Amino acid sequence: MNVIVCIKRVPDTEARIRVDGSGAAIDKTGIKYDMSPYDAFAVEAALRLKETTGEGDVTLLTLGDSSSQETLRKGLAMGADRAVLLTGDVSLDGLATAKTLSAELEGMDADLFLFGIKAADDDQQQVGPMVAALTGRPCVSGVSSFEVAGGTATCNREVEGGSEVVEVDLPAVLCMTKGPNEPRLAALKGIMAAKKKPLEEKPAAEIASRVRLTGLSEPPARAAGRIVGEGADAVPELVRLLREEANAV
Amino acid sequence: MANVLAFAEQRDGQLGSAAREAVSVAAGLAEASGGAVHALVLGGPGVSGAASGLGAYGASMVSVGEHDALVEYNPEAWVGLVVEQVRSGDYAAVVFAATTLGKDLAPRVAALLDVPLASDVTGVEMSSGTVSVTRPVFSGKAFARLEIDATPALVSIRPNVFQATERAAAGEVSTFTPELDASALRVRVVERKGASEGTVDVSEASVVVSGGRGMKDPEHWGLLENLRDALGSDVALGASRAVVDAGWRPHGEQVGQTGKTVAPKLYIAVGISGAVQHLAGMRTAKTIVAINRDADAPIFSVADYGIVGDLFDVVPRLTEEIGALRSSD
Ligand SMILES: Cc1cc2nc3c(=O)[nH]c(=O)nc-3n(C[C@H](O)[C@H](O)[C@H](O)COP(=O)(O)OP(=O)(O)OC[C@H]3O[C@@H](n4cnc5c(N)ncnc54)[C@H](O)[C@@H]3O)c2cc1C
Ligand SMILES: Nc1ncnc2c1ncn2[C@@H]1O[C@H](COP(=O)(O)O)[C@@H](O)[C@H]1O
Repeated sequence: MNVIVCIKRVPDTEARIRVDGSGAAIDKTGIKYDMSPYDAFAVEAALRLKETTGEGDVTLLTLGDSSSQETLRKGLAMGADRAVLLTGDVSLDGLATAKTLSAELEGMDADLFLFGIKAADDDQQQVGPMVAALTGRPCVSGVSSFEVAGGTATCNREVEGGSEVVEVDLPAVLCMTKGPNEPRLAALKGIMAAKKKPLEEKPAAEIASRVRLTGLSEPPARAAGRIVGEGADAVPELVRLLREEANAV
Repeated sequence: MANVLAFAEQRDGQLGSAAREAVSVAAGLAEASGGAVHALVLGGPGVSGAASGLGAYGASMVSVGEHDALVEYNPEAWVGLVVEQVRSGDYAAVVFAATTLGKDLAPRVAALLDVPLASDVTGVEMSSGTVSVTRPVFSGKAFARLEIDATPALVSIRPNVFQATERAAAGEVSTFTPELDASALRVRVVERKGASEGTVDVSEASVVVSGGRGMKDPEHWGLLENLRDALGSDVALGASRAVVDAGWRPHGEQVGQTGKTVAPKLYIAVGISGAVQHLAGMRTAKTIVAINRDADAPIFSVADYGIVGDLFDVVPRLTEEIGALRSSD
């Protein structure tokens, strides 16, 4: 069972995001980058599948600049077998990204194509299902865990107010959300081994973005909050404010 | 004179706020384009009964696809029908709600139509034929303004952000029965595990009561349930990741970067410190209340109203006062 996992390098979730002087980009100084959190869940799921079936390869695929090598090495250190870096621009047009990835995926042989449900920078939640539609493969999104048997994957899928069990024929695209298995940390041995694993770098197919960024802004600062008071005695005043000022109860 | 299409999502045969908000946003865009609003509803037999109600929000025409295979959402059955409807009209824009269903469906439609999609937008407008949107990026730590250089422009709107406004239109319903072969579907829903009857999902509720590690023990959630019940209907429980990871609450309730993004009218954070990853999921709530015994907890920096104190004293009192207030209404 071969698995391909698409991962993206994004600012660390702790990063403080500031808009730079141009008003159309973030200020990159001091920002640490990491694998997008849901992508880490996808890598973990792929590794567990390989461990339980005892066969197959896990390949990582990224579109980004050469700094994404670091993110791919991290995935290799977790236990993936090989990585491919498509060097190119990443725009806010998820379809352009999906087309670039699809062009590469078309030629790759795998039973499962795993994505994070959303990337923690642009938060589009679209690239996985788009790749599925472009490559004609069935797709389940919001998968927290899955099992594979006899040409189908049985997925637990999160939906509003509950969950579903969904079966999908392989080869399939699964978009992973947080699940029961925390992504593993790379051990020293894995980090050493990762240095010798194949990481292929090549230019990405260029697809023009049809989404134009015209400005980036920081969220309006919330009006300075008010401490209504201390302890239960402050509750009547809170309730009065919620009713009369905020119109919220 | 280009028209605008709203995909109006039904759930259990009902057209709820997701449908109303999508139609309403489409109507706002149609005013700018000088066109009319069409709505598309897909569901099981009989779903057309509710569809004419969309006229009140500005839909002049509602196409309703009814089929046994459409009772529950299945992307394989649905996506082609939406694509067909979009192709059959000369639409300037198509509006989806960014619900679980909309977030699964809209990107597939976009890919098949070969047009980009702006997901989860909190603002959208049309001027001289171009659709521009505002959408949160970096988990709400910034907002991007984007112009979409394609027609139709596809957008999905964040739930609870746009007001469903009433605008009378014909709401003329036309029902069709698509040809579907359920046995050919490569994706099959084999089981649905619903939450208990009457509970509202945290991503859709208009009021959210969220608990964190300060609650100390899952047994104490009764306190939050009482507060939820006192606040009325359309109120959901939420949780921080710390309590979800501890197994105290289900992941479906987690609010934040690796949980749900919520934008309710009122968000009450109880015993939650306010880590950046938590704030990412709830900072666009209209009113935020924090109850925490640590006056320096970061949650107070985004809270409109805070009470510094022991939640075990404050929450029961709050439940009592809100109960009293609502019963005197
Ligand atoms: C990649 C990544 C993704 C993450 N995603 C999320 C996410 O989606 N959502 C999320 O929530 N977190 C997320 N986190 C975790 C986040 O960093 C915090 O660890 C978490 O939010 C803390 O939860 P908490 O506020 O419940 O607990 P704590 O930080 O332990 O805070 C408990 C609070 O309760 C207060 N308290 C204690 N006792 C009382 C009392 N008796 N009365 C009143 N107040 C009391 C304390 O003063 C404290 O402020 C993520 C972290 C990472 C690294
Ligand atoms: N530049 C990229 N390179 C590789 N995978 C990506 C890229 N962008 C998005 N993805 C994948 O698509 C998922 C959803 O991303 P998005 O639709 O941008 O929120 C991510 O979690 C990744 O798995």
